[in-house]
Amino acid sequence: MPCTVSMTVNGKAVSREVEERTLLVTFLREHLGLTGTHVGCDTSQCGACVVHVDGRSVKACTMLAAQADGAQITTIEGLAASDGTLHPMQAAFREHHGLQCGFCTPGMVMSAIDLVKDNASPTEQEIREGLEGNICRCTGYHNIVKAVKAGAEAMHGSGAKVAAE
Amino acid sequence: MANPNGIGASVRRREDARFLTGRGTYTDDINRPNQTHAVLVRSPYAHARIGGIDAAEAMQAPGVIAVLTGADMEVDKVGSLPCGWQIHSKDGSPMKEPPHFPLARDRARYVGDPVAIVIAESREQARDAAELVMVDYEELPAVATSRKALAEGAPLVHDDAAGNVCYDWHLGDLAAADAAFAQAAHVTKLDLVNNRLIPNAMEPRAAIGEYDPANGDYTLTTTSQNPHVIRLLMGAFVLGIPEHKLRVVAPDVGGGFGSKIFHYGEEAIVTWAARKVGRPVKWTADRSESFLSDAHGRDHVSHAELALDKDGHFLALKVSTIANMGAYLSTFAPSVPTYLYATLLAGQYKTPAIYAEVKAVFTNTAPVDAYRGAGRPEACYLIERLVEIAAQETGIDKTEIRRRNFIPAEAMPYQTPVALQYDTGDFAKNLEIALPLVDYDGFAARKAESARRGKLRGIGFATYIEACGIAPSNIAGALGARAGLYESAEVRFHPTGSVTVFTGSHSHGQGHETTFAQIVAERFGIPIENVEIVHGDTAKVPFGMGTYGSRSLAVGGSALVKAMDKVERKARKIAAHMLEAAETDIEVKDGRFVVAGTDKSLSIGDIALQAYVPHNFPLDELEPGLDEQAFYDPKNFTYPNGCHVCEVEVDPETGVVEVASFAAVDDFGRVINPLIVEGQVHGGLVQGIGQALYENCVYDEDSGQLITGSYMDYCMPRADDVPSFTVRYHEDQPCTHNPLGVKGCGEAGTIGASAAVMNAVVDALSDYGVTHIDMPATPEKVWQAIRRATPAQAAAE
Repeated sequence: MPCTVSMTVNGKAVSREVEERTLLVTFLREHLGLTGTHVGCDTSQCGACVVHVDGRSVKACTMLAAQADGAQITTIEGLAASDGTLHPMQAAFREHHGLQCGFCTPGMVMSAIDLVKDNASPTEQEIREGLEGNICRCTGYHNIVKAVKAGAEAMHGSGAKVAAE
Repeated sequence: MANPNGIGASVRRREDARFLTGRGTYTDDINRPNQTHAVLVRSPYAHARIGGIDAAEAMQAPGVIAVLTGADMEVDKVGSLPCGWQIHSKDGSPMKEPPHFPLARDRARYVGDPVAIVIAESREQARDAAELVMVDYEELPAVATSRKALAEGAPLVHDDAAGNVCYDWHLGDLAAADAAFAQAAHVTKLDLVNNRLIPNAMEPRAAIGEYDPANGDYTLTTTSQNPHVIRLLMGAFVLGIPEHKLRVVAPDVGGGFGSKIFHYGEEAIVTWAARKVGRPVKWTADRSESFLSDAHGRDHVSHAELALDKDGHFLALKVSTIANMGAYLSTFAPSVPTYLYATLLAGQYKTPAIYAEVKAVFTNTAPVDAYRGAGRPEACYLIERLVEIAAQETGIDKTEIRRRNFIPAEAMPYQTPVALQYDTGDFAKNLEIALPLVDYDGFAARKAESARRGKLRGIGFATYIEACGIAPSNIAGALGARAGLYESAEVRFHPTGSVTVFTGSHSHGQGHETTFAQIVAERFGIPIENVEIVHGDTAKVPFGMGTYGSRSLAVGGSALVKAMDKVERKARKIAAHMLEAAETDIEVKDGRFVVAGTDKSLSIGDIALQAYVPHNFPLDELEPGLDEQAFYDPKNFTYPNGCHVCEVEVDPETGVVEVASFAAVDDFGRVINPLIVEGQVHGGLVQGIGQALYENCVYDEDSGQLITGSYMDYCMPRADDVPSFTVRYHEDQPCTHNPLGVKGCGEAGTIGASAAVMNAVVDALSDYGVTHIDMPATPEKVWQAIRRATPAQAAAE
């Protein structure tokens, strides 16, 4: 049975008729053409499909599009400023070589942003545990951890860093 | 450094901009107009006779366009997937090479063997209809492990491979080894398993086939590490499509690690089916499908013996290995446990006599082929476990026994007893760099500190050497390769001075778009922004053997240098003409073409413009244009080497192993981009640690069902399973036979890490008398080993 779902994706209102069983990730990729969100598994283990739903990170393969009806969705495509300036977390991943093949990267960046939202100076252990739901096969995580640390500091500004210390 | 983005600079990657903003283009991101979707019907049995396939109900399902089977392929004379290497057995007979059809015809031979393809308007419709395809299977007895396959009277995977043996091969001098063993003061013996792994690139495989009836052109878009190789194999051997009518594109590819080298049946199926249904056909694997059908890695069972004299010098090594090939021979499979494994059994040591025999067997499991390191991790693991046990048995310190046996740097080039000639390497120096990095002298204190917390601490070393830069075509040919393994590059200057480089190497995470551009920017003194690197498309790149075996820079980069040499020669001619000087008077300095002893000079940009807008070229001597192509065939393998040191802490109550620290000292020759190389090492280390502690592919011995078929069963290393690393390069031993002096860095981490980790684990358990544990050292296995070794203590608890 088809149903109509409406939501705001990267600041734009969208509405589509979809099959009820359509997953949010399928909706984003196939119906909206937002292919930056990736599918790396079929058991909700890998985290390649993480997006923000109402500001929190969610694996878009664990949710039906219909469940996201009315929600605010942000995908990797919606992070950078309209002039192309990268989000501080995106910039940190580039600076610290936190990506190789790029496939896990969108989910990793989206998870990282949520992870450090309320924590300007996460410890290495906090970062590693926070990214436990995102698998990367290329980087060995070393540079991802560095990038998330730097991204957190950049997101919160140097003032926040000093205050946290 | 003349160029801030030249060789040796940690240039931030140019490809990141698209990957970080969701603008990468992976195969599954591509959709073609009027496209259909395919889902494969795969055998649920490890071994079954296929009686018949009834697709009537599936054809009635909504959106279904076609259901095609092996019988349809047979009618169209679709061929078998070819194998790229031929190994000969001890008795001179060629390996058994049974046909491997893209869709199984009369028998399915592993769980996941494709038997039919369902094509529908949507993926969901194809998936629904696939469940309606009725296949009449008659289940047959199966063999899921190599030991079972070799048992007396075991069921045959292929009727014409008696005893399930593919080949029974050997290398080295048995008589010399036996003579040395007879003189030995001590013999260290070891039985070990190199556990089967599933590569798990994060992007599942995918393929889109297209056929244009207007001109008879086919296009395959696929998740491949080597599109030209796929074009050659699929076009010439499987589908009979001439290469000028077949374009293969490998766009952004989400990791490979070897598993995307091979020509897979699905590629041929969608290309063939696209013509059958007259529309593009797209297939994307689910992760579950990847687990079942990607080529797996490793899976060796070995017995090894090392003979030593009374001072701990190695006299001889004898190795007997059983290698699992799976149900069919994948593209490179036969070469992995032979020429990529046995030839590396000298390791870094001057062991004078080595003999290795390898029996390759068929089983009812997915094909096994090259996975990051491919044969070399298996060799390193075997040698380094033996050496560590020998150290323990002889009471010689584990670093000292290695020092006593290292091939000295001054012995280079060094001919090993197993076919290879190492060109450079200073193995003792690698170790000397590593020791202070890990504070080896402080280990006893750290162990005592761990003990105070009730933990067991161990330290493990692994020294490794690998043969990379695959491969010198003459040697590869002599070893059974059915093709040469050179690489191509084309350097095309445009009239306004920018450059497009076409390389036959393929980047699927390695950062070639950055590294290769650095090499060009440095050579011609131009901004890196003016250099574009094109790869992965047979319609654009002249030819290519692709990326595997840590070969891109050593072979593809060398081809690039050769093409740049040609460009420079031509540019020199043009400069001489423009500056009215003799060609011999033109010098190249920092990318400028200078008339010697004058201030007259031209940039490459000035010359490029003249090359394309010439008005008075002496046409008999000088053609317009500045676009050169080169093929480079290496003279020898390259030999990256290093020393990896791991420290672990084991909780004896739970058996949990924690990697406390890991240091890697690697000799990759000259390093072009240290940041990228370091990333390659990190990733490799975690795959090696993964094999040692977490990852294990398990088939049920009786049914042949894959037990570890998802991320809930197959334990991938996650961020909180591994530490940060200490990585150092040892750069004063550049490769002697390629123009960049580079050796390759892609596989090193994986090769050294599993041995270093396991040596550390066994060291931690040595107080309990444990001498060996097979990988992965899971908590349960470690806990059991402790309990077994200390029955009295276990009973008391």
